[in-house]
Amino acid sequence: MTAALIVTMPLLASLVVALMGWRRWTPFIGLGADAAVLMVGFIGAFHDLHHRVLILAWANLRVDSLSAFMVIVIGTVSVLASWGSVRYLRHEVDQEASTPRRATQYSVLIQLFVAMMLLAVCAANTGIMWVAVEATTITTTFLVGHRRTRNALEASWKYIVICSVGIALAFLGTIVLYLAAEHAGGTSLHALDWTWLSAHAHSLNPSIVRMAFALLALGYGAKVGLVPLHSWLPDAHSQAPAPVSALMSGVLLSVALYALLRFKAIAVPSVGEMFPRVLLVVMALSSLILASLMLVGQRDLKRALAYSSTEHMGLMALAAAAGGPLAITGLLLHMLGHGLAKSVLFLSAGEMLIDDGTTEIIAAGGLLARRPYLGGVVALALGALLGFPPFSLFISEVTMIRGEVTDHLVWAVVISLIAMVIAFSALATHGRHLLIEARGLNASRVATSRSAIVPLATGLVLCAFIGLSAWPLASILSAAAKLVVS
Amino acid sequence: MRSDSLSAALLALTSGLVLLGAAVALWRRTARGIVQALRVQGFALAGTAVILGVQLHVALLLVTGALLIVVKAFFIPFLLRRLVRLDPTGGESDPVVNVPASLVAAVLLTLAAFVATRPLVQVIHGVPITLAPFGFATVLIGFFVLVARRRAVSQMVGLLLIDNGIGLVALLLTTGVPLLVELGGTLDVLLVVVVLRVLATRMHAELGDLDLDALRELHD
Repeated sequence: MTAALIVTMPLLASLVVALMGWRRWTPFIGLGADAAVLMVGFIGAFHDLHHRVLILAWANLRVDSLSAFMVIVIGTVSVLASWGSVRYLRHEVDQEASTPRRATQYSVLIQLFVAMMLLAVCAANTGIMWVAVEATTITTTFLVGHRRTRNALEASWKYIVICSVGIALAFLGTIVLYLAAEHAGGTSLHALDWTWLSAHAHSLNPSIVRMAFALLALGYGAKVGLVPLHSWLPDAHSQAPAPVSALMSGVLLSVALYALLRFKAIAVPSVGEMFPRVLLVVMALSSLILASLMLVGQRDLKRALAYSSTEHMGLMALAAAAGGPLAITGLLLHMLGHGLAKSVLFLSAGEMLIDDGTTEIIAAGGLLARRPYLGGVVALALGALLGFPPFSLFISEVTMIRGEVTDHLVWAVVISLIAMVIAFSALATHGRHLLIEARGLNASRVATSRSAIVPLATGLVLCAFIGLSAWPLASILSAAAKLVVS
Repeated sequence: MRSDSLSAALLALTSGLVLLGAAVALWRRTARGIVQALRVQGFALAGTAVILGVQLHVALLLVTGALLIVVKAFFIPFLLRRLVRLDPTGGESDPVVNVPASLVAAVLLTLAAFVATRPLVQVIHGVPITLAPFGFATVLIGFFVLVARRRAVSQMVGLLLIDNGIGLVALLLTTGVPLLVELGGTLDVLLVVVVLRVLATRMHAELGDLDLDALRELHD
């Protein structure tokens, strides 16, 4: 029952908005649904700590600690994004940049998108998960193109084509894995089931599983934003409305990474540690290096944030390659921290767009003097993203690196540290230009309304709270990590 | 025994037709001809499902076959037709890679598919598995179309080729993944095509053309 609630709440929210049409208060329905999802996520997580996994057999849903943790991540970020959507939509409609009909479309799609991500992490079998991840692509395409400009059109075309290719590869991988399972005695839906697969992982034929994992890594890797199918990411993230960018960068990428974690845990007993590890290390390091070099020359804040997402995904993929308990715990915590910091930054970029009409770093310079509150939020969130304590990204990055060293990936850690230094200095320079050096807009102070600052500050406080206190996540994290440690 | 060898021959025929459809899609320059090739592929896929269903006595495969005919042989070509009307000049006026070179590439990709699938063919026995390389080759040709062609319709064709190739592999390797997943997969493809069609219509309204080269503003 609880398992079904998780997915149905955002579905219901989108249905209600679809039936009622857009009103000034309808975005709050989605916000309520997402908050409820977050609570149910915690319930699910504590259930599993007492070894009671939530199962809904007929719907192929199953919530163990890892799924519950992912529900918490999705719930947290989508609460922030839905909160941001309230102001975004009102502004769009007031400025007549968007019709009420398109505002309705936006509200329906964004909750469907959240529902599909939740379905992906609660699915008990690889097939349903695949369908859900593909459905996220379909629902977000129109969200990316919401602004109907020529650039938004280009971004959404590129997004759906590249992600469909990726997801097609993942489907092929799913089929090949199914073949291996069928060969090892699994029948029908069983052979796609996570529990069945992990129980029989050691008896799967290695050469088939190797092929399956390569296809799955490339395919879901496209959705994570990893090289070689990464090129959709900066365009889609920079063209989408801010709350959508927050959701895509904050959780969609992590949901795809979640799939890779599960598949790796199944592949390792069959093909050994080496093959999945080498594949993931290559993908992770090339993404990290590419992203940190691209970060240097960026002129637009949203595009820079998009490359920073690729960088952080590379870091997490490296931890996934390591696969030890420490690395995986760090990875999971990083998903949450990165989701929070990144969504605060994307939503702030949205605020800049509303009042200043630009997210160009130089043009919007002097933000701190012009708009002290918003500037302060951006400064703190950038600090969080760069890995400063007390924010949780500091702890999670240190944990991931310690884990990678324990798992004998020292040379890869060295390369990743070099890339991180480049990315750090690039982002810090962009931050200085944006916050301090006023060269663009004339320095008239603009008051930022409280309703804009509250969700942003909430995100930052949460991120710092998680960084300072282990409660209540520590036990959930270690139980979740145990499920995919190899 | 006789019926077995007959169905093996028929399977080889339908799988061959899927690959041939991909080659024709590369060769024909008009969008109309390409849509026709996709329709043939749709029928061939449905035929594969039906033959396997009859041979193995799996009723669900007959359902899959019917579904494939409706979606891939009729509905998707119908959707593409409407786009072709928007784009009367049709196919590639000036393809990045010309037709003869594309066909040579297709041959090389087919060889690559046979090499890449060797581990599968060696481990598992049976006629359907030996035909799986046809599906993989179709997938690779689809990739090639995506990379080498720059018109909106051609890119949709590339995606559909990839999907048809995967569909063939799925049928041959596993005698059909569970119907739930199969349904989800088919529905997803349909939705992707619908979404791409909406985007292409917007593109036509915005640019008066369906040439993706006109959309090159986002880059670093």
